[in-house]
Amino acid sequence: MAVSPATLEVGQQIGSATIDITRQDLVRYAGASGDFNPIHWNQAFAEGVGLPGVIAHGMFTMGAAVQLVTDWIGDPAAVVDYQTRFTKPVIVADTTAQPGEPGAVVEVAGVVGAIDAEASTARIDLTVTYAGQKVLVKAQAVVRLP
Amino acid sequence: MTINPDLQGRSYPAGETYSVGREAIRDFARAVKATHPAHYDVEAAAALGHADLVAPPTFAIIVAQRADAQLIADPDAGIDFTRVVHADQRFIHHRPIVAGDQLVAELHVDQVRSMGGGAMITTRAEITTTDGERTATTTSSLLVRGEDQ
Repeated sequence: MAVSPATLEVGQQIGSATIDITRQDLVRYAGASGDFNPIHWNQAFAEGVGLPGVIAHGMFTMGAAVQLVTDWIGDPAAVVDYQTRFTKPVIVADTTAQPGEPGAVVEVAGVVGAIDAEASTARIDLTVTYAGQKVLVKAQAVVRLP
Repeated sequence: MTINPDLQGRSYPAGETYSVGREAIRDFARAVKATHPAHYDVEAAAALGHADLVAPPTFAIIVAQRADAQLIADPDAGIDFTRVVHADQRFIHHRPIVAGDQLVAELHVDQVRSMGGGAMITTRAEITTTDGERTATTTSSLLVRGEDQ
């Protein structure tokens, strides 16, 4: 495990990640999560309810973004508290005809926001952006330190 | 359709048991692009001290959204599902969810606030094992857009 609680400091970067998203990813998430709302896979339906196109499940983005924290801390079970607000939709273009081409790209970066030495936990603040705008706000994961 | 303001404080008892399977954990992990071996390989999970495959941090949404579905489907609630937007979400893990867990969720409607023509509904799912062991507390805010929003 690379994380050393003794040298951890508020403001320290934990790394960054890029999440490429395709329409197929959203279908896969729908199946795995049981959330089959058609705004996440049907263009006509999404436009019919006033959206600019098919949008990613907020929970897909939330679930994918925390991977940065899991990889950093080394154990997915160390994440004891994880929250976010959903502010902007991630619009996923149909790239079915261009295999390998993402329909949306989300960037994730994490920084140590707070340390609770007594509880032996750290709060990681995530910045999650799509097309230059924050899509998750107050995305915070509290991890139990090793 | 209007949101019933009396929803606040209402609870829905635990519904059907959700049985956490290894393949469900693997499928969910792949779906959120999680690559940690503790989601896929029982030995890797055991090396970290876990009894079986560890669910990703947001896996409990499956159980929470099944509980929310009870509220949304309740004709007395007055919620039009096609106008629901997920506004925020939180997971507090009392202990990790692992394959083999038998989970139930009791749903509480903590707050209902009018927002223009719509409403913001905050629900809390208390997820426990069927033996009564606390596993996770999830809270969700759902914005139900009004007719003109």
